[in-house]
Amino acid sequence: MKFELTDEQVGFGSALTALMRSGDSVAVARTWASGDMTPGLALWSRLADQGVTALVASEEEGGLGGTLVDLAVAFEVLGHELAVGPWIESAALAPQVEGELVTAAVPGISQYAADAQVARLLSGAPGATHASIDTTRTLTVVNGAAECDAVAVDRAVLACSAELLGAGERVLADSVAYVKQRKQFGREIGSYQAIKHQLADVRIALDFARPLVFGAALGEVPVSAAKVCVSDAAYLAARTGLQVHGAIGYTAEFDLSLWLNRIRALVVAWGTPAYHRGRVLTHLTSTALVG
Amino acid sequence: MNLDLTPDELAFQAEVRAWLRANVPAEPLPSMDTAEGWTLHQDWEAKLAAERYSVVSWPREVGGREASLVEWVIFEEEYYRAGAPGRVSQNGIFLLAPIIFDHGTPEQQARFLPSMATGEKIWAQAWSEPEAGSDLASLRSTATRDEARAGWVLNGQKTWSSRATYAHWGFGLFRSDPDSAKHAGLTYFLFPLDARGVTVRPIAQLDGEAGFAEIFFDDVFVPDADVLGAPGDGWRVAMSTAGNERGLSLRSPGRFCAAADRLVELWKDRGSEHPEAWTGVVDAWIAAQAYRLFTWGTVTRLADGGEMGAAGSINKVFWSELDIALHETGLDLLGADAELLDTPWMDGYVFALSGPIYAGTNEIQRNIIAERILGLPREPKGAQR
Repeated sequence: MKFELTDEQVGFGSALTALMRSGDSVAVARTWASGDMTPGLALWSRLADQGVTALVASEEEGGLGGTLVDLAVAFEVLGHELAVGPWIESAALAPQVEGELVTAAVPGISQYAADAQVARLLSGAPGATHASIDTTRTLTVVNGAAECDAVAVDRAVLACSAELLGAGERVLADSVAYVKQRKQFGREIGSYQAIKHQLADVRIALDFARPLVFGAALGEVPVSAAKVCVSDAAYLAARTGLQVHGAIGYTAEFDLSLWLNRIRALVVAWGTPAYHRGRVLTHLTSTALVG
Repeated sequence: MNLDLTPDELAFQAEVRAWLRANVPAEPLPSMDTAEGWTLHQDWEAKLAAERYSVVSWPREVGGREASLVEWVIFEEEYYRAGAPGRVSQNGIFLLAPIIFDHGTPEQQARFLPSMATGEKIWAQAWSEPEAGSDLASLRSTATRDEARAGWVLNGQKTWSSRATYAHWGFGLFRSDPDSAKHAGLTYFLFPLDARGVTVRPIAQLDGEAGFAEIFFDDVFVPDADVLGAPGDGWRVAMSTAGNERGLSLRSPGRFCAAADRLVELWKDRGSEHPEAWTGVVDAWIAAQAYRLFTWGTVTRLADGGEMGAAGSINKVFWSELDIALHETGLDLLGADAELLDTPWMDGYVFALSGPIYAGTNEIQRNIIAERILGLPREPKGAQR
């Protein structure tokens, strides 16, 4: 019994973080949103060179044969550093050993294909493309999308959950930093209990979502339980983060908005919380209880 | 990263499970806050102790099995899954004993721990006072030095003392230096509740039962042998209890997982009558699983030599709110029967309501999380008395 990341996993996460920061991933995301994908694709290649898209592909297929815990480590960083591009599809749903960008719609759980303008569609024919609340994503209607293997879909849900965890942690960290320097009525607003208690609740929510994400990676709980819990936690981080920033947080110009909109998008992507609550209920009423 | 148990741990789990299956009373015991229930709960403690199950993590010479932290969590999971009685000795074994192990003299350890392990002596906490609740360090009950008798004389009043109505001994802080303020000059005392000058007045709780009491001290003599830690060092000594109470030891994941599993069973029985309660069932089950997995993370950290620290506050807010949500959902599933007084769901609900208040209110916990974990600035102090 050892429920913590290995030194190697921690090191892998740190290396990905360093790579994304040196590549200025936030500026890259803004450029991507404005329609210029060039820097984003360059950063994609650097991350793919680190094995992100090949992580959970088996060694026989030319992948790294990593575990779902490794996958969750990577996606937490992608969420924290605001990665752009169809990572969930290309690294979790259908891992690409060559680092190719792929995307898919999956009947029943993922109605639109994300980022189809830069990725190969795995099945079906592309229809209209819509803007997402997250300006770094696009949503394309797919006609005739094929069913997808349930294991692959669960992997995508796990990746989405880990990305939400990372995004939630980032919003909390940035919010804490902000309330420590923003002064009103002559003192830092972070010294007021009205602010402290809201941020403490975010800390609590994320601390209890994290073990569900990694527990789901180990098969201890259904991945839907993780998606429900981390969606609630990350969304609480987003709502609270917006509130404690005040009007500046409500602007597109301030970087916080990028994570707020990413979280809103991922909360409903790969199954809404209501959808996943339904899956947990099915699990509870159809299986003998464990744990 | 893995959650696999070793063969030894699995064997321990099987042994505990088998013993509980054979010994847990078929019917729930009457409330421990009634005279009849109190005795039956003490008898149950004696039965546990005879098999060294009352304090599995303690050393063998004081009644334990020297169980590891992992084994302790396993024991608790099995205990609550089996529907075994609440622990009437809880305040002593979880809150006071860690302090006696850390700060007590060998004589105190030998005198107090074995009878605590068997449930022969039940301990009550005496922290709060009428004017010292969340602001515990402002307490006013006094301890005056009595050099001639080599001890101290206690005066004052404690309140909200859980189990004090029937308990045998109490533990708490008194101001031993009258010129001191706040955290300085406090001393940690142990005292028999039938000592001359002690008056215990039961207080009816929300459900009418006398689960806690006021304790009045009128020139109560306590010998030096019953001072825990050094005189004047009581705050530091006591705060190690507070960490235990808030954190891992008071609320093991087994409690909530077992309650969540019972909630799912209730859903299967009565969910068709109240289908709108389904999200509550799912959320309570998910939260209980989160608590279980979070605890394994904490156990890993502690086993590696880490400390609980302020993280205990995160734990405390979560379990206390989960406990209420779990029981509210259970009551939702009972429909009009949710108003009935004597149901396990109502008992659990009323007990759960105290969770966000005791062991440091959740507002105090959120301050601790914000200041010590998030690093937010301390609030400027209000006007001092």
